Amino acid sequence: MRALTRGVLGVVGFLILWELFGRFGFVSAQYLPPPSVVFGELGKLLGDEQFLRDVIATVLSLLIAVGVAVGIAVPLGLLLGSVPAVRYATRAVVEFLRPIPSVATIPLAIMLIGIGPETKISLAVYAAIWPILFNTIYALDELDPLLVETAKVFGTGRVGVMFSVALPSALPFVFTGIRLAATTALVVLVSVELLLGGSPGLGQFIMVARSGAGRMDLVLAGTVVAGVLGYLLNEGLERAQQRWFGWDTAIGGRS
Amino acid sequence: MTAMLEVAGLGHTYQAKDGAHRAIDGLTFTVGAGELVCVVGPSGCGKSTLLRTICGLIKPTEGGISLHGNEVHGVPDDLAVVFQDYSRSLFPWLTVQRNVEFPLRRSLGRSARRARAAEALALVGLDKAGGKHPWQLSGGMQQRVAIARALAYRPALLIMDEPFASVDAQTRFELEDLLLKVKRENNTTVLVVTHDIDESVYLGDRVLVLSSSPAAVVADLRVDLPVHRNQITTRESDAFVALRGEVARLLHVDRTAVGTPRKVDNEAAVAAKWAEAERAALLEAQAQERATN
Repeated sequence: MRALTRGVLGVVGFLILWELFGRFGFVSAQYLPPPSVVFGELGKLLGDEQFLRDVIATVLSLLIAVGVAVGIAVPLGLLLGSVPAVRYATRAVVEFLRPIPSVATIPLAIMLIGIGPETKISLAVYAAIWPILFNTIYALDELDPLLVETAKVFGTGRVGVMFSVALPSALPFVFTGIRLAATTALVVLVSVELLLGGSPGLGQFIMVARSGAGRMDLVLAGTVVAGVLGYLLNEGLERAQQRWFGWDTAIGGRS
Repeated sequence: MTAMLEVAGLGHTYQAKDGAHRAIDGLTFTVGAGELVCVVGPSGCGKSTLLRTICGLIKPTEGGISLHGNEVHGVPDDLAVVFQDYSRSLFPWLTVQRNVEFPLRRSLGRSARRARAAEALALVGLDKAGGKHPWQLSGGMQQRVAIARALAYRPALLIMDEPFASVDAQTRFELEDLLLKVKRENNTTVLVVTHDIDESVYLGDRVLVLSSSPAAVVADLRVDLPVHRNQITTRESDAFVALRGEVARLLHVDRTAVGTPRKVDNEAAVAAKWAEAERAALLEAQAQERATN
């Protein structure tokens, strides 16, 4: 409860600073509308069907992107983590692909995929794969050989060790990867919506509000919603992690 | 007495980068059905190599092992192990009950598995802890869980690798007596590896004394103590004191027989080197296995 109180105090403090910043005229209220204005607009927007559709479009894309990324990165991570030969063979390619910002591949994605929602989802998947992949590989590296020996001695075969020892032991760390990937995917989605247009979403809403009437209050309202989404996502996943993988923290966990 | 475990001419040499390390050398012994045999040896003498070969985790370079008459190739079906490091050998994501059920997953149905695990937990005095997770229990209780898991498997041979070396002295006594009780009641065949001379005499029907590396059998002593032992009276009995003296002398003789007595730190270095070599070999074996996977 005290943590919550402190958190609320932090937010209130931030909003007051923001309000004062505008009131004392450091920047024009036209460019940086104070929170009183922004949150007023936000209240109106929350009753606006079109805006809600945009938010839902972004959230759905996010869920799809994270789901697909998990589907690709976890099996791939298990493969790379348990077969060193494959891992060494692919290391150079992986290390080349990983640092490429998703946004930089937008032109390529347009050529290959077009400008529909599948483009932004593909780019978000690309960005989300890495944290999950690397955490899965790392988790397998950290697998305690004694656990494996124990399972083997009790007659567990190779596949059994993979599914009843390696995977459960890796899950907390994989989940941390998923949590990081989800926020990354959100950033990429909103960025691509903003830069590319072509599909409804929060990013496009921000873009339209800026370019048409230059409504910075709407831009900031959209931004606040994106921030809140990211916060809720991270918070929700963190709680799920504590609930499901509490054992990992209890044994002095790695995630 | 029929032999449960027969080890004949067992030798193992690790190939390391800086030459070959001979861990065990021509080990020959048997463990009869229902017998508890303790293996004592100086640390780093190759005891864990011996255990790993019996468990089928590594393939010895020479000699053979048979379990109730069947030669051991790979991990035998009816063998259970209790490791020293309970905190690393119990699965932290499973409850105590599930940990005990783990080895029975494929052989038994759900209800039979539950019943067997509950029975084993009751045997070690943990019938109320089934729903907890291992890390919620004390070290001694965790080791009880590991023992219950091994017993639930109803192994032909129970192997224990320094099982009580990581618990406090009081718990250690309790667990030693627990092991003796369980062994008496279930007629389990047990092989305990320890570096503790007193423990080997207190627990064993026989004590095998190993030399420092490469490990070879120096003596095979019969322990003529009553079946029912007591931490106080047994340990102060003349037979106990005489026997522990004998084991200690054998270990000591082996140490000085090499010539000039080695310095303690030198010995520690040798032990560390062996531990390192075994670890390297284990990692190598795992890597190979992964590569062939």
